Amino acid sequence: MEYKFTDQNFEEEVLKSELPVLVDFFAVWCGPCQMMAPVIEEMAKELEGKVKIGKMNVDENPQTAEKYGIMSIPTLILFKNGEPVKTLQGFRGKEDIVKEITI
Amino acid sequence: MLYDVIIIGSGPAGLTASIYTSRYKLSNLVIGKLPGGTITYADKVQNFPGVSEISGVQLGEKMLSQAKVLGGEIVTENVKSLGKNHDVFTVASEYDKEYQSKTLIIASGTGRRKLNIPGEGEYVGKGVSYCTNCDAPFFKNKTVILVGGANSACSGAIHLAEYAQKVYLVYRKSELRAEPIWVEEVKSNPKIEVIYDTNLLEIIGDGSKVTQVKLDKEINREMSLPTDGVFVEIGGIPTSNFLSSLEVEMDKSGYIVVNEEMVTNVQGVFAAGDVTNKSLVLQQTVTACAQGAIAGYSVFKYLKQNKRLTK
Repeated sequence: MEYKFTDQNFEEEVLKSELPVLVDFFAVWCGPCQMMAPVIEEMAKELEGKVKIGKMNVDENPQTAEKYGIMSIPTLILFKNGEPVKTLQGFRGKEDIVKEITI
Repeated sequence: MLYDVIIIGSGPAGLTASIYTSRYKLSNLVIGKLPGGTITYADKVQNFPGVSEISGVQLGEKMLSQAKVLGGEIVTENVKSLGKNHDVFTVASEYDKEYQSKTLIIASGTGRRKLNIPGEGEYVGKGVSYCTNCDAPFFKNKTVILVGGANSACSGAIHLAEYAQKVYLVYRKSELRAEPIWVEEVKSNPKIEVIYDTNLLEIIGDGSKVTQVKLDKEINREMSLPTDGVFVEIGGIPTSNFLSSLEVEMDKSGYIVVNEEMVTNVQGVFAAGDVTNKSLVLQQTVTACAQGAIAGYSVFKYLKQNKRLTK
């Protein structure tokens, strides 16, 4: 299942999560972000129970985007135990992301 | 499975090649790293005939779905290397998957050219960007520099000016080389200031974001210019490095040499779009599509002449 992260649920769903969490910072006006959407959806299904995966709209959730210094999208950040441990920028294919986040 | 053709690249050239080869009843696999290709970075496309205005990503998605509906198989992967054994080509992806075909169409396009100056790599995503369409809204009411002077630079500067309070368009030459329609719009936009005959020497920041750039010429009596962002739109470099094993002929800049039928020097290998030397006249979606169509037809003709069409 793909999660929808917001400024409101970020602490509960991401920072306090027991599983690692992959957050896809995106916006509706960003072309490559739209090409990324089906990749995220597919990964969320495949990695269910291993990694929590979801999207975060930077326009609707400016606090979190600003806190993590997002100035370019798509940006993926992997959180473990409440800390950002890996950042990936720009469009990536599924296997590429899986390889990066499961190492 | 032995495909009739494997198309490397999933931008307008590759997808059009897939559309045409599907209609010639050729089995085809499209393998590319960005579905839709470079056009997905364009904010607005206003010169694709039949469509007065469309976003680049929508145009890319339309081509992608048309290619799929007609039977093209599409995978999102980087190609690592190519091989040829008798009449069979093998395409190896970065995940060590292998695909085989009777012919190849190389439509791998271009990657973004970088400035290659100090600070550029360090501040990617922290003020340095290669996509105005993706990142312009992060610079609302800020000052930004855009480097370049061709179509994508000028259209990018106009897009940036919708958000930023000030856009410096820094170009190394004395005259912008974009279509006049873009140049006029740039010059009449009160937020855009063009700085000619000037290069960036270094991008400087405070560790977390860009704060200024060093120039090779004085501006406002200073050799540096304070800025919140640096957008780079200085064209592309052909993605042809994975071709070395096939001995496909390239020009000195790495563009694949093709004739008017999109045929390369290697039997069974065709090329189309921005990666070819023929694209250098005009690198546009419509010309990439045209080349893709021709390459598709050439593959059909080649397989027919060599009696390798599947009955």
